[in-house]
Amino acid sequence: MVKVMVYPPTSMILADLVERKGHEALVVSKEVRKKVDTPGLDSPPLNMTTEDPKKGLKYAAVDVPSGVRGRMALLGPMIEEAEAAIVIKGDDCTLGCTGCARTNELARFLLKTKRIPLLELEYPEDEVEAKRFVFKIREFLEGLS
Amino acid sequence: MKSTKYVVTSQDSDVLPSDIALRIYELGRDINVKETCFGVIIDGEEEDISATVEDLRKMDETNIFIKDRGFSPGDPRRCRGHRGGGARPGFYMMEHESEILPLISRGLASEARGEDPPSGVETKRRPTLEDLEAMINEEFS
Repeated sequence: MVKVMVYPPTSMILADLVERKGHEALVVSKEVRKKVDTPGLDSPPLNMTTEDPKKGLKYAAVDVPSGVRGRMALLGPMIEEAEAAIVIKGDDCTLGCTGCARTNELARFLLKTKRIPLLELEYPEDEVEAKRFVFKIREFLEGLS
Repeated sequence: MKSTKYVVTSQDSDVLPSDIALRIYELGRDINVKETCFGVIIDGEEEDISATVEDLRKMDETNIFIKDRGFSPGDPRRCRGHRGGGARPGFYMMEHESEILPLISRGLASEARGEDPPSGVETKRRPTLEDLEAMINEEFS
């Protein structure tokens, strides 16, 4: 079983396809879960603590907006843990909490420079593309084990 | 350790969220189930959840998709009931991906039949903003 980071880190499609092949998908919700379940670390309605942007300093300079550092506090450890990665190209698919372009640039850059098996794709727009999309991911994941 | 997952059905699926919920009750595991319009949210101990996920996939292998969730159902930090309504954070990504799910389902079905992806077939792409601009200029100038 290989730890595969998916990007966008909230992607249901990628996480599902990775887990179907018996690998572990590294997704941001698992990181959030650790925070939610740790007593005394958090109080509603916040799920980031004042310590998190400091952790993000390992990946981004102090003058970088705290939003980037806060996101990197979650994504950074996942990138370090990743043994392979599947990344969706383009920013049309990064919505909600993943809608920070600078964080996305930095996270994709760190994944590329980590020298791990990396698959870059675009979300399909028709059936033919979808078949190729699923096929490429299956081939990539089978090659990992 | 507790685990929470979304079980989402593709639009092509004949399985309803209520069917999934009934199946989970039949399994008799200690799991909380919340029915939603797109599927169900299940919450329980990690071993129970992983075993249930395997059973649920068998209901419709190519049309059921599963995703982890950070917060338990009804958590005041995410529950709309406590936050005064509005879409919950994370909804937009799921909405975006739900549109593609039928395509992925067909891709998975084709893979299950052992078919290779069609090569040399042109794909139908939506025109980009630049393409649209060029079309408009061509037509109206």
